[in-house]
Amino acid sequence: MLHLFLTLFALTPPASVLVKDNPNDQGQAIVITWTHPAPESILGFRIFRSTSPTENFSPVDAELLNRTDYLDTDTLLRDGVAYYYLVRAYSATDSADSDIAGPVTSRAQWFNTGRLNVLILTLIISALFLYYIIRARRGIRMFIRKISGLDAIDDALGRATEMGKPILFSFGLGYITDMVVIAALPLLRRIGKKSAEYAVRLIVPNSDPIVMTAAQETVKEAYTEAGRPDLYNPDNITFLTSDQFGYAAGVDGIILRERPGAIFWLGYFYAESLILAETGHTVGAIQLAGTTETTQLPFFVAACDYTMIGEEIYAASCYLKPEPVMLGTIKGEDFIKMVLIVIISALVFFGTIAALFNKQVPTLQQVFEAIVNWFAPPS
Amino acid sequence: MLQRNIPLFIVLFTALLLIVAFFIPHKPFGNLESRFLNWYAIISGFTFLLGLDSLTRHHLLKVIRREKGWFYSLLLVLSLFATLGLGLYSWVKFSSPFALRAPFMWLYKYMIIPLQATMFATLAFFIFSAAYRAFRIRNLAATLLLIAACLVMLGNVPLGSSIWQSISRFVHLLFPNADLNALYRIELFAQIKDWLMAIPQAAAGRGIGIGLALGGIAMSLRIILGIERTYLSS
Amino acid sequence: MKLWERLATIDRRIIYAILTLIVILPLIIKPKIAVRISEPVRAAYNAIEQLPPNSVVMISIDFDPSSAPEVQPMLIALLRHCFRKNIRVILTGQLALGLPLGEIALNQVAPEYQKVYGKDYVNIGYRPGYAAMMVGIGREIRDFFKTDYRGIPLDSFEFMRNVHNYHDIALLVSLAHGAVADAWIQYAGARFKEKIIVGCTGVNAPGMFQYYSAHQIEGIIGGLQGASEYETLVEKPGSATLGMPAQSAAHGLLILLLIIGNIGFLLSRKKKR
Repeated sequence: MLHLFLTLFALTPPASVLVKDNPNDQGQAIVITWTHPAPESILGFRIFRSTSPTENFSPVDAELLNRTDYLDTDTLLRDGVAYYYLVRAYSATDSADSDIAGPVTSRAQWFNTGRLNVLILTLIISALFLYYIIRARRGIRMFIRKISGLDAIDDALGRATEMGKPILFSFGLGYITDMVVIAALPLLRRIGKKSAEYAVRLIVPNSDPIVMTAAQETVKEAYTEAGRPDLYNPDNITFLTSDQFGYAAGVDGIILRERPGAIFWLGYFYAESLILAETGHTVGAIQLAGTTETTQLPFFVAACDYTMIGEEIYAASCYLKPEPVMLGTIKGEDFIKMVLIVIISALVFFGTIAALFNKQVPTLQQVFEAIVNWFAPPS
Repeated sequence: MLQRNIPLFIVLFTALLLIVAFFIPHKPFGNLESRFLNWYAIISGFTFLLGLDSLTRHHLLKVIRREKGWFYSLLLVLSLFATLGLGLYSWVKFSSPFALRAPFMWLYKYMIIPLQATMFATLAFFIFSAAYRAFRIRNLAATLLLIAACLVMLGNVPLGSSIWQSISRFVHLLFPNADLNALYRIELFAQIKDWLMAIPQAAAGRGIGIGLALGGIAMSLRIILGIERTYLSS
Repeated sequence: MKLWERLATIDRRIIYAILTLIVILPLIIKPKIAVRISEPVRAAYNAIEQLPPNSVVMISIDFDPSSAPEVQPMLIALLRHCFRKNIRVILTGQLALGLPLGEIALNQVAPEYQKVYGKDYVNIGYRPGYAAMMVGIGREIRDFFKTDYRGIPLDSFEFMRNVHNYHDIALLVSLAHGAVADAWIQYAGARFKEKIIVGCTGVNAPGMFQYYSAHQIEGIIGGLQGASEYETLVEKPGSATLGMPAQSAAHGLLILLLIIGNIGFLLSRKKKR
């Protein structure tokens, strides 16, 4: 009787326990999934592992799990060894074991199939760029549109010289790993060279020590190139602080004390952008800004005389030194942009049609979703 | 020549290695990215000594030469080392400088928090003067920009709701048949703001974003292939 | 100078003085105003609301004291929401100077719900080089955080023994004022399919809408307004709700100034013609 009672009310064990090697990783990971024997009052599950199909099962983790999947990444796991798993369900008074699942071995993969889409796109995009670079090498003439922000550099420098005021250049909070900082270095070089020619002081306060070192090197070379290495003073290119608003306060202080005639904000800027640019405006400086941080563009546009928007600053070095090969990459960029516009428009059109006729032709919607999902971020 | 080609080769090799590693989970490629990022973190940690050197040297020289404002430089150097000292003391005594009872936390709570918050708050003032100066309806585009800005500002704060409720009451007065609660629920300003943020704003942002990504790829390729050398010294 | 010309060229110091008054007055008078819940904030709230009890949420303090007035109220409201639902919290941070704000908030909120350190929440602290860490947690959190911020081993906290990687973290909250939120979305979100909600300053909120509409993040809590909405949702009005009248008044003043300035601008342009 008691036995019957127990079997009637005994806990149903977790079912369909599946074990497999975790895909696209460097090994030592096994995925375990199971189904919840609803609607019983289960407190949680626990995973047990063994190298034998019958005995020596030991718990993989400490606490009860409240879900139906688990990724075993225990450091004790060895690739190529066969493991067996069981999942134990716990209620307040009872527990029940699933069937033993396995054997399973973990392995490291040589290709991450989840990133196939990125590989294909990388190859296509790189091939297009290379095509345009090769074309440019062959000497085909390429046109680059006017970037008024870059044209204004010389004017700004000229005016600062006329007024006998120094020039200020800031990379903002950019690190050397930020592409925009690397893109701004040639501009600093150009500005440095001009400031040496006109013998005006160039001040570069920095928020990152590596950027500071790069800036010092760049300006030093620019001064040497202009034949005035004697004018170079490393005291003008210093480290302030890496703290965002400490930096803003420091640069604001420099602006108010030195009253520069021209200010260049080229780099990475966050919320301090307007604090800096508006202070620059109050001392009457000509201001030129360029950043890839889109949320700050409106502030620079409002407070500066010229603002380079988005990738314009990346194009700066090509613009200043219009070598065909450099321009080739810009041309490639434009071509890919056009291709993307066509693809996006086509997809929007197709998606709209698919949504409109979803009832009549459901396959359209399925095809559309498959295409969209193919572009999904890789794992 | 060699001096220039070796760095270019290192750039090419490292970049290709990391690109390849992105697609290969197998050792030793799998954790290469993570390892490189760790190296960068360590190196950038040490470069702060460079920054410290630049900062103290600059200001100590100012103090020694009795240049204009030398007193502030002295204050800067003193507070720099006082903060460092207090941090070390708190670390030793309370096992973390940020333990709630540590003296460093006092500095944090009563100096760093208010100072930083104040600097950020000045942004509000600058936004006012910049917006007042720049938002002029010079042409159609500027007019549209101004209208959009005002609608977003209204929609973003309860003031917009209050104004809309007043408008609703007025409409209700004119047309007594209109359901006042239904009118309230329209929340026009908030709706317009949500739409402006989610559709035109996000669309423009994505456009710039795609441009930036492509510009970034082009720039990276120029650097990897050694076409762009302006960042290297000659 | 004619009146309309003056309207177009009000001295910035006068503007600053009026703004100061307009902001301070509502903070003293404390008028009550109703807060409307916007869709992205409700989505963020629902993302937490749907989690079963004992789930683990990781909150990353990616802001520092400068943005504390805007973002700290979000942290407090989020902690209240989690603790009320018996959700466990792992606190971390990508800005060394921001992390103590997390500790301050935890010490304020945890006692309200009788939550115990180590059992219901831990603070694992800060590690420099966030990109490496974000990628690394995809495999094992202990590769970066062997101990909590005071040096106590993670495995000595019972619930942490089950937490190894993003798989075990039901939701990630990045409270950010800069690019760190984008990094979380790129590394944790895109690569490891981690669910993310972002709380950020008003300045950064527009940039998050692209991710939100592409379903890359679950919700956005944007600026003081967003914080006050979240406070309203957890039914515990705090400093953000208190700041709403001041922000409303400031927005009103700016709109007024823009209108006055443009009237002056248009009139003086007409005269010139």
